[in-house]
Amino acid sequence: MKDAVIRVQGLGKQYRIGLRRHANRTFGEMLVEGLAAPFRRRRSTRAAADCDDGLIWALQDVSFDVARGEVVGIIGANGAGKSTLLKILSRITEPTTGRALLRGRVASLLEVGTGFHPELTGRENIYLNGAMLGMKRAEIARKFDEIVAFAEIEKFLDTPVKRYSSGMYVRLAFAVAAHLEPEILVVDEVLAVGDADFQKKCLGKMQGVSRCEGRTVLFVSHNMVALRNLCMRALWLDRGRIRAEGEAAAVVHEYLSSLGATASAPDVDLTHWANRRGSGNVRFTHARLLRDGRPCGCFERLGPMTLQFTFEAKTPTRVNLSAICATSGENIKVLQLAHQDSPGFDPEVAAGQHTVRVEIDRLPLQCGEYHWMLGLHTDALVAEDVVCDVLHFVVEDELRTSPRPYRSINAHGLCTLLADWHYVEEGCRAVQPV
Amino acid sequence: MTRAVSQTTAINAALAAADGPLLVIRPTPGWRAIAVGELWRYRELLYFLVWRDIKVRYKQTVIGAAWAILQPVCTMVIFSIFFGAFARIPSDGVPYPVFVYAGLLPWLFFANAVSQGGVSLASQTHLLTKVYFPRLFLPAASMGVGLVDFALAFTVYLGLMLWYGQAPGLEILLVPFLVGLTATTALGVGVLLAALTVAYRDFRIVVPFMVQIWFFLTPVVYPLTIVPESWRWLMALNPMTGIISGFRAALLGQPIDWPALSAAVVVSCGALVVGILYFRRTERFFADVA
Repeated sequence: MKDAVIRVQGLGKQYRIGLRRHANRTFGEMLVEGLAAPFRRRRSTRAAADCDDGLIWALQDVSFDVARGEVVGIIGANGAGKSTLLKILSRITEPTTGRALLRGRVASLLEVGTGFHPELTGRENIYLNGAMLGMKRAEIARKFDEIVAFAEIEKFLDTPVKRYSSGMYVRLAFAVAAHLEPEILVVDEVLAVGDADFQKKCLGKMQGVSRCEGRTVLFVSHNMVALRNLCMRALWLDRGRIRAEGEAAAVVHEYLSSLGATASAPDVDLTHWANRRGSGNVRFTHARLLRDGRPCGCFERLGPMTLQFTFEAKTPTRVNLSAICATSGENIKVLQLAHQDSPGFDPEVAAGQHTVRVEIDRLPLQCGEYHWMLGLHTDALVAEDVVCDVLHFVVEDELRTSPRPYRSINAHGLCTLLADWHYVEEGCRAVQPV
Repeated sequence: MTRAVSQTTAINAALAAADGPLLVIRPTPGWRAIAVGELWRYRELLYFLVWRDIKVRYKQTVIGAAWAILQPVCTMVIFSIFFGAFARIPSDGVPYPVFVYAGLLPWLFFANAVSQGGVSLASQTHLLTKVYFPRLFLPAASMGVGLVDFALAFTVYLGLMLWYGQAPGLEILLVPFLVGLTATTALGVGVLLAALTVAYRDFRIVVPFMVQIWFFLTPVVYPLTIVPESWRWLMALNPMTGIISGFRAALLGQPIDWPALSAAVVVSCGALVVGILYFRRTERFFADVA
């Protein structure tokens, strides 16, 4: 890689999770052990391979490069080693094996407001926090007004931060870190806090950091939409190892579809599905999402989607079928499909299995992650079977055909529609088509 | 570091060719020296940490920094009444309040720095696990706070000397050196205890107890002259003995006990080296055990 600023080679970190050694010790033994601790550690590291009393590899054999100006997202389940990786790269803890080379000033933001003291005022905390993040006093003084303006706390500058609302606190903390101007910025799940507007502002600031100023950002998030919008590349950590690495949208998609082995598979057997309610006289047995006739978890914005499900009726009955689509993270219900809207559909069914196909021409969803909730109700609207949180899927713009996906940072709302746009007057275009 | 950089250059010319400082992160087994360059780069943080501790301590207090003076003065008054007036402990011919205050000044500096420094890491684990900066600054900041308190309490001593008409001699020039020596001892012990406390919380209990015992093993309320001659060499192994005797001598214009002072220099420098070595050696695990 031409301009690598981060090079990680075979990085590994081992933790001791057992506390066996410390159990049932007298105070004297503890004291002796305390003094001997650094001498012993070395031996235990050496013997690590053959002794497995509670030793785990939080991170193992991780290697990757990051070029200057790249924004790299790190994804993975809880406990996959994301935070450990960031902690090693921010020098908070040392790796057990391997090494990492970083070129330029590194700033890490593993938590919002680290080092803030509740008793100190906003003004005092800006200086303290700035110094802790590695800024010089003169530098902080220079950017002071900018930080205050970004955090929107002008009026509360001389109030102790313990009296701040949590939103103000987060804004101030992020503002200090955002103005650090590092060459490399390492950010852990910090956007989970703060309101939506501020999140957007932070995302914007982070984008500004990398795009305009050629800075490199490493970014851990569970917010796949933000991650896909913000990152060019992504790294998927799974139980301490790199499972996939590459273009962000592709890795996110791969990651989400792996979760799908259970909840988000585009093709799922619902016979033993746990997350459901209803009397169960009529039950869903199977559901799948199709694109071009094949099971798929990834769909195009304003493109086609087919929802197909099978249900079993014990007796001949009349059903009310509905499907509700909701966002993955916040579980906001976005749209509902009901069989009543389809005039040709006959809700009278005989006993036995029935498969229904719901064809959507142009999926009116913005880019993001969603899932379905399928409902079977009686005529009196009593729930027979309601299956929640199935068929997770992703909506993309242009389905990975372009090298960089549409950045929906500018996309508002959850829905979109194909509309007809045209000028009302004739001849107002500057250049007439040839 | 130099070796690491050259090694890296050989392995990775592309990376090394880019501008900006190169940071190498890798396991560093064994003993480590102090990263002087880094301490220097972060020096302003040390100032801010001391400033923070002082500022926070007197937030929402009525008399504020006067506490820094009130505490040693009250202690001095009580000691003068019980040890001086009632128990009639000899004070080498100077008024007992002056005598005991001259000992209390360095002792309180030392005791506060050690007890605050000892818990400095364990009470701020949120910093250890979330942000990088030279860890040495946390116990060092406690020492800095002690130094500020010492300076405030020292002004009272000057008043006390005027009151009793005790004029300082040329020996008073030795005071900065003795303050430095106290700081060295306090830093050495504080740093060691900080590293131990973060891993073994037993030391949270041990430290206050230890400081109390140490107080009685140090000639603060009594002069070294009441200790039998044959035991004095043992007393001198405690660096605070030499320091406090030296303080009294410098402030009260008495002859200086050079052998005891030399012993104090050796022992306190030794304590600093041992403390820092242990600290640096265990530093890499702080975030894991905190």
